[in-house]
Order: sequence, then C-alpha cells, then structure tokens
Amino acid sequence: MNPVVMELTVRGLLGRRRSLLLLVLPVLLLGLAALTRWASGASPSASAGLTDGFAMGTLLPLMCLLIGTGVIGPEIDDGSIVYLLAKPVPRRSILLAKLAVALATTVVFAVLPVMAGAAIAGDVELRLTTAYGVAALLAGVAYTALFLALSVLTRNAVVVGLLYALLWESVLGGYVPGVRDVSIRQWALAPAERMLGYRASGWGVDSAVSMPVGLTLLAVVTVGVTWLAIRRLTTLRLAAAD
Amino acid sequence: MSTITLTGVSRWYGNVVAVNDVTMTVGPGITGLLGPNGAGKSTLISMMGGFLAPSAGTVTLDGGTVWRNPAIYRTIGLVPEAEAMYDMVTGWQFLLANARLHGLADAEAAARRALETVEMLDAADRPIATYSKGMKQRVKMATALVHDPAVLLLDEPFNGMDPRQRLHLMDLLRRLAAEGRTVLFSSHILEEVEQIAGTIEVLVAGRHAASGDYRRIRRLMTERPHQYTIASSDDRRLAAALVAAGAADGVTLAGGSLAVQTSDWGRFVHALPRVARDAGVRLHDVAPADESLESVFAYLVAR
Repeated sequence: MNPVVMELTVRGLLGRRRSLLLLVLPVLLLGLAALTRWASGASPSASAGLTDGFAMGTLLPLMCLLIGTGVIGPEIDDGSIVYLLAKPVPRRSILLAKLAVALATTVVFAVLPVMAGAAIAGDVELRLTTAYGVAALLAGVAYTALFLALSVLTRNAVVVGLLYALLWESVLGGYVPGVRDVSIRQWALAPAERMLGYRASGWGVDSAVSMPVGLTLLAVVTVGVTWLAIRRLTTLRLAAAD
Repeated sequence: MSTITLTGVSRWYGNVVAVNDVTMTVGPGITGLLGPNGAGKSTLISMMGGFLAPSAGTVTLDGGTVWRNPAIYRTIGLVPEAEAMYDMVTGWQFLLANARLHGLADAEAAARRALETVEMLDAADRPIATYSKGMKQRVKMATALVHDPAVLLLDEPFNGMDPRQRLHLMDLLRRLAAEGRTVLFSSHILEEVEQIAGTIEVLVAGRHAASGDYRRIRRLMTERPHQYTIASSDDRRLAAALVAAGAADGVTLAGGSLAVQTSDWGRFVHALPRVARDAGVRLHDVAPADESLESVFAYLVAR
C-alpha cells in the first residue's frame, strides 16, 4: 500500500462536490430511523425491517457503489491515472491503497450509519445493532471490493453495479429463490442471523445461506475480484483515441 | 544516456492497424515524431511508455523490455496528451506527490527544482483547477522532470500553447537534450518539429514513412506544394499583393478565407508579414491547411 496514493485518493474522493452525495443517504436513513422509532414505539422487528430493507438493501450497496467506483473510476475515465501508473510503484500497491481508502470510507459513511439506524429505530441491548453492524461490515467490504474492481474492468462500472445491486439483489432476489443464494447481502446476513439466535425469526432477520457458506463466499468474492482488478491494472491500456 | 529500440513493432485493435511494422532507434538528443492526426503517434508513444503491449515486435529501453515493467519509470519521464490532472490539489502538492511516488530521497527539493525549471513556482500554491491550459502543460512537464529522467516522452506537448510558451518549451527541450537526455516528442506540424528536432521520424497511417535530419525531411516535403489558409481584414487585396510579390504560386478566394499555394514555404512565411504590412492588411489567422499536410504525408508514403 502506498501512502501517497492513499492521500491523493482521499483528496479525490472527498475533495470533489460528489462527496456531498456520501452524506445524503446516511442522513436520510437516520431520519427514517427516528420516524420508525416514533411510529412503532421502538419495536425491534420494525427496526429490523427498516435496516434490512432500506439500510442493507439500498443504502449500503449504493454507498459502496459511489465509493468503490469513486476511488479509481474518474481517474481511469479522464486518463489522469497515468500519473500514478508512470511511477516505479507496483500496480498491486496502487490498487490496494485505493481499496484501503475505499473500505475506510465505507465503514464511516455506510457501516456506522447502518448501525446507528438500527440503534435509533429500536433495539434490545444493542443486539440488532451489533448483528447488523457485522453484516454491514462484511457486505460493505465485499461490495466495495466488487465495485472497485468493476471500475477497473469496465467503463460502465456504475451501470453494471446498479444492475447488480438493485435489479439482481433486490428485485430478482425477492422473487427467484436461486438468485437469493448468489447475493452478497444474503451471505453477509448469515452471521447476523446466527448472532441473533432464536430472536432472528421473530425479528425477521433471515439469510438464504448458512454462515460457513456465506463467509466462505464473501471471502472468495472479495479476494477474487481484487486479484482480477490488480491483474487488469497491471495491463491497463492507456492509449489516446489515435 | 538511454536508448529506446523498436523492432518490427505493430499494434492493431481488432481489424484496425494503428501501427504497422515500425523499426526505429531513439537515442540521446531531440527526436521529433511527425505525422498527421490519426497516424498512430500516440499509440507508438504509449508502447514506448509501457502503457500498451505491441501486438507484434518488441520495444526495449536500454535492452530491457518496457511492457509490464514499472521499473522503467525511473528512467522515463512521460508527458501525456490528456489534460486531466488531479484538479483538487495545488501544483505544489501534485509535484510533491509525484516526487514521493518516485521514492526520491529529497522529494521537496526535487519538486521545487522541477517547478522552477518550468517557471511555475509562483503559482504553485493555487489549485490545479484554476490553471490555464499553458500552465497545466507546464505542470505536466514538471511531473515528467521531477525525477531527473534520462528519457522524456512527450505526446503533442505544443498543443494549445501560445507562441511565447512554445519558445520557452523549445528552449527547455534543447537544454535537456544538451545534457545528454533522450527527448522524443510528437507533433503534426512540420515547422514545429523542424525547429528543434535533430532527428525526425515520420509516421503516416501507422507506417514509418521517412527518417532523417530536418534537411532531408524538409527536402522531401518542400518538393510538394504547400497550402495555407489565411483570414485577414482584406483577403482580396492580400491575395493580389502576395501574387505580385511572387510569394505565392496560386491563390484561391473562397468560403470567406484565402487559400495560398506555395512551393517555397520558407520564402512565403518570411514574405507574408511584410507583404501584408505594405498592403495595409491586418492578418487574423494564418494556418497551414491540414489537407495539404496530409497530402504531403501521403506523398511520402506513396514514395
């Protein structure tokens, strides 16, 4: 990991006007959480419904998409990545530095808001907050790595990412049972379900896969897409339209 | 002293051949890579800079391959054609970051020296987003020089520069070459290349069309008629004056501008300002017509 690359990445991610977008969804979630608490009398199952549907299903993948593509996509699009690549620095450490910044940003702007949302909306001894915190962290890592890799692999990373996060996971995942098994969100919910024990079914926390399967698949996807992204960055074509 | 060697280099994208079997050696001194737009100059420079794998052939720097070898960037400084930079940082922060990425022992001194070389120290504390095109070009140049490289690759460095900046950059390139560096720059304007390049490599439609010093290339090119497009306060009067002065072989007035043909561009270029002044005509725009240039290049290929 290269500290200079990390510094430039942080400036690029948070220094642009686009960074304001990173605040919109978390603020919206906290507002909805307060509303849910008021409307449901702080019921954990209402809280789980909000966290599962909006926080995990919409906010987290969208934030990870913004962050994962934001740390490298614009530089590849406008060609300024050449200033990083034309240096005697292994491409691997460039990519890992960007991934590290993206993951830290994901924790601050997505994982912590998900936890805060669950805590505000209604919880018992912070059980829901902890369980969803673990799920959000695991899913956040996998989503961010996936979307970062996508933006190295294709110029249409945002579109592909949106299709995956919203269409595949949320819409198709809701109707087609098999699709639910191939979903970062479902894999990450497995440990949350296990942590909540007997309360899980009562509060409506439910994963399509078992915990060992979920954790294994998360690890395989995260490591796999990162490896692919490093390979692609090593041979990234930078040529003018000429 | 470093040398880039291309041996039988081709590059194709699907069915389109961008660079076709090019063999050349680029050594110390200034080499101009001349060719019309779309000739494959950027593709060739990308391959020399290790950003593109040749589809066939080899590109080596002092005997070592450049593809997938980031170590070459200790030796190579690159000025890309794209204007985009890290807009949100200041010139100073950007140069310092570049120096640190190179792992230089005294990054601050190197950044300051590079900014000094391109005369950008005064504006170094402003965000790059506020720079003019010429200033950005100079900062790009500084990033390429920050690690004191033996080889400089510049893709269309004179694009968008005003005449004063152009002269300044030419001086700088001459100075760098005099220090024993290998400097290669691309351009589609013969006059630009001719002024500073010791060696000229002509690329047309992906093929290496000609190679040599400027006299040889110039002779090849001046055998062909040149064409200029001129916009002035009184095209008709200027046309008559140019013909009367014997500075042009033919003139055409059409489409609101004046097209001039000459077989001796040197004489024309020197005569034009004098003739215009004597005739009381104000020149708004003088440009070599691209078509003519293309036809010269086409002529070189057909040769």
